Amino acid sequence: MHLNKLKVYFLLFRFSFSISAFTFGGGYVVIPMMRKYFVDDLKMISEQELLDMAAIAQSTPGAIAVNIAVLVGYRISGLKGAIVTCIGTIAPPIIILSIISFFYQSFRDNNIISSILKGMEAGVAATIVDLLIDMWQGVLKEKNLLLTLMAPFAFLANFIFNVNVLYIIIFCSVLCLAQTLIKNKLGGVESE
Amino acid sequence: MNNIILTLFINFLKIGLFSIGGGYAIIPFIQEEVVNSHNWLSLQEYTDIITISQMTPGPLVVNTASFVGIRIAGILGAITATVGSILSGFIISIALYNFFKKHKDIDSISNILKGLRSSSIGLIGSAASTIILLAFFGTPSLDIKEMSVNITAILVFILALFLLRKYKLNPILIMILSGIVGLFFY
Repeated sequence: MHLNKLKVYFLLFRFSFSISAFTFGGGYVVIPMMRKYFVDDLKMISEQELLDMAAIAQSTPGAIAVNIAVLVGYRISGLKGAIVTCIGTIAPPIIILSIISFFYQSFRDNNIISSILKGMEAGVAATIVDLLIDMWQGVLKEKNLLLTLMAPFAFLANFIFNVNVLYIIIFCSVLCLAQTLIKNKLGGVESE
Repeated sequence: MNNIILTLFINFLKIGLFSIGGGYAIIPFIQEEVVNSHNWLSLQEYTDIITISQMTPGPLVVNTASFVGIRIAGILGAITATVGSILSGFIISIALYNFFKKHKDIDSISNILKGLRSSSIGLIGSAASTIILLAFFGTPSLDIKEMSVNITAILVFILALFLLRKYKLNPILIMILSGIVGLFFY
């Protein structure tokens, strides 16, 4: 039992560390990777749970990648699990940045590194679009017009009109709350 | 020395607490704290950090915290600043998770979570669009005059998306392969 727990912590650390070490270009890239390892391979959490965690991580202060890792660790083995995945996630950037801080000018101007990174942009974009297609299909299944419209609305507000994420999140939450309250009220009247 | 460590911790705690949504939106806020208020980095160094942050794994906040921390107070500084920058997210995300889990039977609360999920699709889509613009046209803006079409990137994108949809290829493998393509074609 004790050994099993250690094994789970080790797995959590290993996967959060390697996911973090390959997350170039922003927090959302971890979601497809988390899905690959924790949902598809290890089957430790369901896809639905992961998407809920992504939604919460995104609505919380701090780095999205760290928040998701914390929630995955927390869901799988409690507070200790959360600390393990958290350390696994922040260790690669601390190590890499500490090394880079000594010779960062030559790193910044290195052609080989910048070509590799330029190439990765297209790969990053593809993994995120792959995830978005699945997420979008999930929302359509809800058959709720408000939820369906909310995704393109949030996209336009943020991408075209540069509205702060915090306002978008608050606005959408209030709309959803209002929708349920109205529905419940109408439902209550009908049943009387 | 201890004083510097404490100042680092408190300031990155503050940066972490106010950096909601991540990505490019928080760049000016971190700049205000790190460059303007504390003179921990020069503007040039901070711009370099953003570039390096895009070139290395890890979130911008964490990368900046590590870099500033190590420059000011060595490895202990890096660890303190980084822990400060993630602490509020750690606590608040677990609290929110427990809140939603505890009240998942209440319709209005589970509907809010569904709404957050829906809007996060839009926000992720927005981040993805920026990356796509950068990869395909070399600029994050929608200004046609600045765009130059990159055929290789478009082909890599289509092929990668096909492999992901059809064969569920490992995303890390996709990153490595597209990095190799970059090495040979750019």
